[in-house]
Amino acid sequence: MPIKADQIVERVRGSRVWRSVFRSGTGSSTLHRALAIQQNIFLHLFATKVRRRMVRFSSTWYLGTLTLGTFLILVVTGILLMLYYHPSVPQAYADMKDLQFVVSSGLFLRNLHRWSAQLMVFLVFAHMFKVFYRGAYRTPREFNWVIGVVLLVITLLLSYTGYLLPWDQLAFWAITVGSNLSSAVPLIGGKIHFLLLGGNQVNANALLRFYVLHCVVLPLAAILFIAVHFWRIRKDGGLYVQQSEPKAPAAAANPVAAKEAK
Amino acid sequence: MPEEAPSTAKKPPTEFDRRAFFTKIGLGSLGIAAVGTIVFSYEYLSPNVLYEPSAIVNAGKPENFALNSVTMDVNSGIYLVRADEGYFALNAVCTHLGCLTAWNQDLGIIACPCHGSKFTRTGEKIEGPAPKPLPWLKTWVSDEGDLMVDRSIDIPPLQYLRI
Repeated sequence: MPIKADQIVERVRGSRVWRSVFRSGTGSSTLHRALAIQQNIFLHLFATKVRRRMVRFSSTWYLGTLTLGTFLILVVTGILLMLYYHPSVPQAYADMKDLQFVVSSGLFLRNLHRWSAQLMVFLVFAHMFKVFYRGAYRTPREFNWVIGVVLLVITLLLSYTGYLLPWDQLAFWAITVGSNLSSAVPLIGGKIHFLLLGGNQVNANALLRFYVLHCVVLPLAAILFIAVHFWRIRKDGGLYVQQSEPKAPAAAANPVAAKEAK
Repeated sequence: MPEEAPSTAKKPPTEFDRRAFFTKIGLGSLGIAAVGTIVFSYEYLSPNVLYEPSAIVNAGKPENFALNSVTMDVNSGIYLVRADEGYFALNAVCTHLGCLTAWNQDLGIIACPCHGSKFTRTGEKIEGPAPKPLPWLKTWVSDEGDLMVDRSIDIPPLQYLRI
């Protein structure tokens, strides 16, 4: 007697080991499918049910999801790049060159990291423009817009701190100029500049500080705010869709006005 | 507890309230700890020793500089100028956003590659976006007869060093 594939799947899902990990159990009823989302630590950020028009391409162009995609690529490639990179002077520049010319697939990973970083900044802006012009930032989603602005700042800081790490002329002068901008802050500008660089000029301390910010502090902050950002989508009533309120019943309730309108 | 709520409400405001007292003590000590954390963090994050090049630069013998010449020391970021009136040193770091400017011999001006600021040989601003002229730096002749520059000390312009 042949055993069907879905029977095997059901048997695995019903096994004790599987049930110890995924508690929703066998079956594909609405309840089971909802539990599968709700009881998974990663998926429970999202709603168990969404309207079909919310997940249509036209409503969001998937810009937020694509931004997350570039972020995940950046995390993976970034960790791999860290295995060959020493944040010290002048070793950093040599390591960057080694990654390009000596390490197997190093050029690919470095370029993937670089292009994904550029793309992420672009996608964040595109996502925000989409949200802004659709009016999706309005009540009840205004706080999620604020979290989005925080994520924009984190993205730009990640981009900025990563810019120094190749330790070439472009990086050095870009960070010299960029860090001097912080000196323009009234009263404490000079102190901010000194703390940011760990000195008066872009040097070994600045490279190490930017490395720690780029690889530890800012990614952790980003992950934290991304989690809140996604959770708020569910809490604020799902993804924003234009014209979610049907307008026809209002006219139907008042036949006189409807007739006059004709 | 709910039963206690009416009794505390009836208390006159002057009566010693143990709970409020401990709340104040607790919040106060948390506040002190928070301020302490900020101070300690600031202290920790500002390095006490810097391994940066010395601000005092030995530019060598004054005779090595030709009359009416502008010499740039790229490593220390200064210009050494020998004019008819005497010697002087300029900070080569642009007053706009800290790029290193360059001397253009053909045009006879100092120009910044980053955002196009231009200065005369004496540091005066010809063209923005730099907000200020290039500062003059303190110069003197050492006991060995070398021309010395202190990059950390600005002096008013047009104070030539006559040797």
